[in-house]
Amino acid sequence: MYNQMVVRNASVPELSTDEVDRLFHALADATRRDILMRVLAREQSVSALAEQYEMSFAAVQKHVVVLERAALVTKERRGREQMVHGEVTAVQRSARLLDAYAEIWQQRVLRMDVILAEDDGTSGTPTGSRNP
Amino acid sequence: MSTLTTEKDLEQLTLTFVTEFAASPTRAWQLWEDPRQLERWWGPPTWPATFPKHELVVGSESSYFMTGPDGERAPGWWEITSVDAPRSLTFDDGFADEHGARTAGGPVSHLSVTLDDLDGRTRMTIISRSDTVEDLEQMVGMGMVEGMSGALSQIDTILAD
Repeated sequence: MYNQMVVRNASVPELSTDEVDRLFHALADATRRDILMRVLAREQSVSALAEQYEMSFAAVQKHVVVLERAALVTKERRGREQMVHGEVTAVQRSARLLDAYAEIWQQRVLRMDVILAEDDGTSGTPTGSRNP
Repeated sequence: MSTLTTEKDLEQLTLTFVTEFAASPTRAWQLWEDPRQLERWWGPPTWPATFPKHELVVGSESSYFMTGPDGERAPGWWEITSVDAPRSLTFDDGFADEHGARTAGGPVSHLSVTLDDLDGRTRMTIISRSDTVEDLEQMVGMGMVEGMSGALSQIDTILAD
């Protein structure tokens, strides 16, 4: 399905296998995705983040380290606080969000297509590889 | 589905999709009108949607919830703002609490759907607009959690420039 994507034909940085592994690992966890969304919205201290989750400060800290290794966030010590932020400008942030939203709709439209295809008397079962 | 183009307007926080289906507008309209069909595409397979209340009538409020892999529920609502079957539909979409009440100050998307007849085929144009970047963030945040449409697409999203 990626050949149908018109949105992102812009430059996608080339990544080494190790970097891709780190990205996959970082994004494979719901808490880390949530942390990422929060710090993309605005930078936050690790302790402020830790208050949002029912887990220890150390556990949240570990999640942040995983995101940091994947280059999704950066951490900066400011006084007593460690501030975490995503390195994106406001416009990039909006663009990425719109891309992500586009992806949600793309998936919906694919599912619509599957439903309509059932009318043709075919089994209607997609060939199985529609989801990445 | 033969074509799918996407345009984004960063200033207006608007996303425009154009896609074509090998079905008449009357048939494609049912995807939006019939709650049982709507349930099959609104949520991803991992977070299927249920619409206990849904009617395409101006002023009508639909309620839905999406059910996650562990049985958790993400409720939402639509408010139908205009209907011209089988040609166009506009509605607002937002989050709700567990009782179905609108989340105060929660994000709202404004959606517009247009179906054009192309000699028996249908061109569907979907426009989604958010009021603020924060609204868009929350919508996408929920969508990412629910969607899990693949780590690949998320990586794409985060890397794309």
